[in-house]
Amino acid sequence: MSAQKVDAVWWLIFMAWLIAMASTLTSLFFSEVMMLEPCVLCWYQRICLFPLAVILLVGLYPLDNHVIKYALPFAIAGLGFTLYHIALFYGFIPEGLKPCTQGIPCDDDSMVLFGFLPIPLLSLAAFSAIIGLLLAAKPRIQT
Amino acid sequence: MNQKTIMITTALLMLMLFGGAAYMYHANQVVEKTKLVSINSAALEQFHSPRLGNPQAKVTIVEFMDPACEACSAFHGLVKQTLKTYDGKVKLVIRYAPFHQGSDKAVEILEAARKLGKFSEVLDLMYGTQHGWASHHNPQPELIWQYLAHYQFDVAALKRNIDKDATARLIAIDLADANTLQVNKTPTFFVNGKPLPSFGYQQFQKLVADEVAAAYGQ
Repeated sequence: MSAQKVDAVWWLIFMAWLIAMASTLTSLFFSEVMMLEPCVLCWYQRICLFPLAVILLVGLYPLDNHVIKYALPFAIAGLGFTLYHIALFYGFIPEGLKPCTQGIPCDDDSMVLFGFLPIPLLSLAAFSAIIGLLLAAKPRIQT
Repeated sequence: MNQKTIMITTALLMLMLFGGAAYMYHANQVVEKTKLVSINSAALEQFHSPRLGNPQAKVTIVEFMDPACEACSAFHGLVKQTLKTYDGKVKLVIRYAPFHQGSDKAVEILEAARKLGKFSEVLDLMYGTQHGWASHHNPQPELIWQYLAHYQFDVAALKRNIDKDATARLIAIDLADANTLQVNKTPTFFVNGKPLPSFGYQQFQKLVADEVAAAYGQ
């Protein structure tokens, strides 16, 4: 295993962890500082996101290549919930299928930051980037 | 720089960034909230609002409350103590924000008590027996009557003075004002129009003390 390859894998996983950690803190900022109540779909995405910040960190030092195998299912499940959330948010899914009609709506204006940035899009960017980085790291691992 | 250092530095940086952003956001919120209240100061008090303490007092505490709210009950002792400590200098204006399902029934009883001049006493009783009639966010205001009877209040007179429609109108006005002032939790206090910087006993005591000092001099 060449030192350079190890380095590349480490950096890719490190970047994935960085994104997971930043997203976790951002999501906590929304709920704990701005006091926005997370809707049901947001909760499912958080359930997939929060463990990534921990698993990837543990896998980074010392580098454990298996971390990709354990992290990917969370990231992919998170992406799935995000896509469903986006479909709901932009109205691709009809009213009747909404899982969160009671309580906190998943598709109202409180989901939009600074007037233009919907939270589901942030989630989409984060999960896609994490999956991309992990998939990029995978073939570089030498067994 | 080795990998461990990079990781730890990054994690610390992110946590510091989070703390800093939280602090700045919070400071900005207090400013925004104060501004919102000063623009909508007419929504703080209404003619119909129950008042306790000296009407001429220069310091006004506005409390948005719910008789079934546990934090309101926990705060009630301190609020009364504050009125006593700054006797004549502080008055309390009560606004109804019955967010709990069914606590509007408790407000009806309070309003009936007000007509009989027993507002303060019945409010004390409601908060004091709240664990019995409103435990676990499940108010059963009909139980209040048993407590009122037990403590020898004139239940018949209170029942005669229940006015559902009038109380519903008062609650609607108070809830509209709560909405204007972005009050969504009880108790919410405004002292001379200023919101608490954050929720807590000390913050409340300090804000009242500061306002009394500003109004009456040290």
